[in-house]
Amino acid sequence: MEKVLMKGNEAIAQAAIHGGCRYFFGYPITPQNEIPEYMSREMPKAGGVFLQAESEVAAINMVYGAAGAGARVMTSSSSPGIALKQEGISYIVGSEVPCVIVNISRGGPGLGGIQPAQSDYNQSTRGGGNGDYNMIVFAPANIQEAVDLTAEAFEIADFYRNPVMILGDGMIGQMMEPVVFHETPKRELEPKTWATTGTGGKRAPNIINSLHLDPANLEKHNLHLQQKYARMRAEETRYELYQADDAELVFVAYGTASRIVRNAIIQLRETGVKAGMIRPISVWPFPQAAFDQLGSQVRALMSVELSCGQMVDDVRIAAAGRWPVGFYGRSGGMIPAQHEIVDACRSMLEEVA
Amino acid sequence: MPTVFEPTKGLTGVEFHYCPGCTHGVIHRLVAEVLEEMEELGNSIGVAPVGCAVLAYKYFNCDMHEAAHGRAPAMATGVKRVLPDKMVFSYQGDGDLASIGTAEIVHAAGRGENITVIFVNNAIYGMTGGQMAPTTMVGQRTTTSPLGRDPRQVGYPLRISELLATIDGAAFVERVSVHNPANIRKAKKAIRNAFDCQKQRSGFSLVEVLSNCPTNWGMSPLESLDWVKEAMIPYYPLGNFRRPEMQESEHA
Repeated sequence: MEKVLMKGNEAIAQAAIHGGCRYFFGYPITPQNEIPEYMSREMPKAGGVFLQAESEVAAINMVYGAAGAGARVMTSSSSPGIALKQEGISYIVGSEVPCVIVNISRGGPGLGGIQPAQSDYNQSTRGGGNGDYNMIVFAPANIQEAVDLTAEAFEIADFYRNPVMILGDGMIGQMMEPVVFHETPKRELEPKTWATTGTGGKRAPNIINSLHLDPANLEKHNLHLQQKYARMRAEETRYELYQADDAELVFVAYGTASRIVRNAIIQLRETGVKAGMIRPISVWPFPQAAFDQLGSQVRALMSVELSCGQMVDDVRIAAAGRWPVGFYGRSGGMIPAQHEIVDACRSMLEEVA
Repeated sequence: MPTVFEPTKGLTGVEFHYCPGCTHGVIHRLVAEVLEEMEELGNSIGVAPVGCAVLAYKYFNCDMHEAAHGRAPAMATGVKRVLPDKMVFSYQGDGDLASIGTAEIVHAAGRGENITVIFVNNAIYGMTGGQMAPTTMVGQRTTTSPLGRDPRQVGYPLRISELLATIDGAAFVERVSVHNPANIRKAKKAIRNAFDCQKQRSGFSLVEVLSNCPTNWGMSPLESLDWVKEAMIPYYPLGNFRRPEMQESEHA
């Protein structure tokens, strides 16, 4: 396997093609523009279709149509654009069709800014659109992980007939790192007999639909969806534990924030402070199991985010009162320096002493 | 004994939920008959709207999608790009197409998306109980224009066919009515021509069908058909606005 140096956005686009994606519908927005640009260039060579939609709303509904017709399909956007796609995502989940959505997030609210942020945690992990629903959300911390997760996301989406989101902050989209396009782990997938490919006069019509006017039927449908989410929680949770075995303070951080935290941990340990990290790779399902593995030496948890504090709510739920939970974050596209995190850790340990 | 008439195979036989006297049923049947006559039922994918025809996916005897409000042209685009050899159509009302879905319809036409759109214009929001639509006539009373549509407050009704006919990607645009048998026959011909356009890969095709709403107009079915003729057609003139020969001659 050849190692190539690629920008995050382009690597994600190539990984999608590598993962079998043949249809891409998108709309320009910074900082993810290299994805549609790369797709416009490379997708036709792979025998697929790139189409620039008139809006994010149209793009996600094109994805909805293509997914219903049985294709492997993707869209990408950034925070305000993802907000516009939420309607379509809700319908896609309700209709049980698979797709992949990439969110290279930037600072908000509103137009916010164009620098990297993690303030899309809530709109990514809480559904975001209407109704009771979830989707698997992977948050890579480097370009190799972004490539591997993006390619595999298509298998997982097909497996569950549910969208999968790749949540990368703007840093993941914009920086360059060496990557290898590995063989994608395959799942046993049922043929898409539900897809609308024309009856050919040989079967009853297939219908892609999220409408259930009878409340009893809608509840039944929701319970069926909940069973899928329960299975995702049981089988698709991913995380990394870093230096957590003997840690007194355990950071919780994902994506770019986790990289700075990792260096802060090295610095803290050099000065005798035992710090470690839970790094969620799937931010939904949130890795509850990681917290249950922590030893009795742990004195405090601290969520570090490029936001004013969103994942910290999940950390509190996972902690379930067992440890005090602190927070350190920068927002609006500001990136915390390593020493800020080191200082926050020391203050927290003093507080709980 | 020879069969002189039988129901179209293009409809599933599920009983329509439409109000008595509503012409949605007629328009459904025309679309279904055309697809049957073209032997395209097994080759077709339809997209239903949000509005009175929201349950159209139960009625058309072909593969169907149910779109979000106004998004049917985008959804049909997704289907068509995956299955360029299939017949793909959307069936949309005036609230769906001419209000919340204006961006999607204009850009589907702009791209020359090779789909067929059946646009049912009855000048009101039927399913939600008779609110003002973008196509509501000046002076027409609705539940959100109780004193009649006042153009000084809310502007004028949109003529969608004329608007779309300015777009080069639109291969076929025609407005028809179903207020009497002669016009129903013309409507069927226009629908056939629109699907023929798609078959020949000529680009975007749309048939606007003037329809009625006896329930929300507060009229008997017969009165409502008269109102289509007397009030709507003068503002929404019937006829063809664009067909492939025109497209070719303009570009010759």
